Amino acid sequence: MTQAFAEISPRSRNPVSLPYEASYESAVSCKQVTKEFGTGDNRALVLRGVDFDVRFGEMTLLVGPSGCGKTTLLSVIAGLLDATAGHISVLGQNMDELSGSESVMFRRKNLGFVFQQYNLLPALTAAENAAVPLLAAGVPRKRAVDQASAVLSDLGLEHRFRALPSQLSGGQQQRVALARALVHEPRLIVCDEPTSALDHETGHAVMELLTKAAVRNDRAVIVVTHDSRVFDFADRIAHMDDGRIVRTEVLDEARFTASRN
Amino acid sequence: MNFVALQMLLGDRAKYLGLIFAVAFSTFLMSHQSSIFAGIMRRTTSQIMDVPDANLWVMDRKTQYFDEVKALTDDDLYRVRGVPGIEWAVPLFKGQPRAKALDGNFRVVIMMGVDDATLVGAPRNMVLGSVDNLRQPDAVIIDRVGYEFFFPNQAYELGKTLELNDHRATIVGIYNSSAPFQNLPVFYSRYSQAINFVGRERNLLSFVLAKAAPGISDAEASRRIEAATGLRAATSSQFAWQTIWYYIHHTGIPINFGITIGIALIVGTIVAGQTFYIFTLENLKQFGALKAIGVTNWRITGMILLQALMVGVIGFSIGIGMTAAFFESTKNILDLRGFTLLWQIAAGTGATVLMIVILASLVSIRRVLVLEPAIVFRG
Repeated sequence: MTQAFAEISPRSRNPVSLPYEASYESAVSCKQVTKEFGTGDNRALVLRGVDFDVRFGEMTLLVGPSGCGKTTLLSVIAGLLDATAGHISVLGQNMDELSGSESVMFRRKNLGFVFQQYNLLPALTAAENAAVPLLAAGVPRKRAVDQASAVLSDLGLEHRFRALPSQLSGGQQQRVALARALVHEPRLIVCDEPTSALDHETGHAVMELLTKAAVRNDRAVIVVTHDSRVFDFADRIAHMDDGRIVRTEVLDEARFTASRN
Repeated sequence: MNFVALQMLLGDRAKYLGLIFAVAFSTFLMSHQSSIFAGIMRRTTSQIMDVPDANLWVMDRKTQYFDEVKALTDDDLYRVRGVPGIEWAVPLFKGQPRAKALDGNFRVVIMMGVDDATLVGAPRNMVLGSVDNLRQPDAVIIDRVGYEFFFPNQAYELGKTLELNDHRATIVGIYNSSAPFQNLPVFYSRYSQAINFVGRERNLLSFVLAKAAPGISDAEASRRIEAATGLRAATSSQFAWQTIWYYIHHTGIPINFGITIGIALIVGTIVAGQTFYIFTLENLKQFGALKAIGVTNWRITGMILLQALMVGVIGFSIGIGMTAAFFESTKNILDLRGFTLLWQIAAGTGATVLMIVILASLVSIRRVLVLEPAIVFRG
């Protein structure tokens, strides 16, 4: 166990505020990351030296008020935006060293995405939507759809393979999006407000599935959320405000420790 | 990902059909108007192309096109015959007498007079009767258009008579002519008979038809005729194209057809481009999601081009099918004969449609290429 882990309180579900500490076991490591938009008078500094760590085997929630920079931080970690300054390491890869096309390849192989509005392709069936990352990687269509169907079955959608998104409820659509995020076995899953479009019960069910299917000791999950009802699912909660991580809470060290053993 | 691209396109039925409709009608207008234009231009050469026997046309040096000729002298015919390398040369007369049926129905017609001895230049596409019948007194061969005008609703029958400039003419044959530019009936008679029908002038020889001797090329024979006689000699093809270019340069036909074709091109491009762009905008988040997931810009460009190509191929097929169906359905209408969809026009329209769909997709491609994949994180 690393120094950082030793300092974490073993009390499950009892939040403890922690200072930032880097770890070589981090799935994501951000050091003094800044992000500016615009130039001159329109210049806006959205991330103001973010230090942030995400560990394997954990579900980390990124919370904070609107406009505090959560989604921008998530975009920078996922390689969808370039940081203006600072250092970002994802799964041991220094993101600054990747060219544009290498960044795309890295995302394709290592990242899974769950979006607030699901962003499913309306003309594709549930199984085809879930298979998109495999299709993008060049897997033959039949094999990709079969593989995606297996993941959908794990998520309780075994009877809805052929349904179009318009024929699915919000919760079912988010489960398809979850299957799409998991189908290619990525090591980092990033979720943006995965429950904000869902009612409490459905949101809870989706988070349960996310926890069950995605949280493994070789994988890390980051969830940006406003929804305090899902805080119970977190192993760690990073609070952001005004472009900085202001506080980190550890909620379930026991689960984390168990998963690593 | 090709499958995903096509499903995205087919999934939005309204826009998909709108795109197909735009490309199909653009294709139809372009190919239809181009075919009509080509047909009209071909009609200007119909009497040239209807003479299969002779390779060379000899005419006055200042002749610009077939329908406006300055008569040659009889000596010119003999001079052409005397050119080394010319196997034979015969006279051809072209005039426009007025024909009148027994019921008083009259019309100006095109009268072609062919060589009395050989009948070189006479039509070959006979419906009834024989070219040899032209050797009979007062004999004329008449095309179907003329027959059906002067003898409406009557079965084809030989021996019927007409007046040609107050001269009696007996129909000894009916043939299928290529449609002439002015859509006038075309009659054939012997040269000596034809000049009687039209009336005597000092010179009446319109053209000399000639054939190069074996081993002598048409180009060489033409050069020799021009050098020996001072007249102009051209192959059938050269003379036909000279006539076509006359109409292109001296009439408003190409400009008016060009405007229609240009409008079809512009409207097709704009409507297809706009619809395609709206389609792309509405799928922007989906494209953003694909980019986030790891689909490269090259692959997305390929997907959009595939969608455009699909629309182009289907729209072109429908449009060109409509054009072909139009000409197929009108081919037996005498006044519309000669208008066909040439393969060159189909190929040219296909290339233009390809350009339309590529242009239409370029704006969409640009929009997607500059799209930040982080857009997917905006609610």
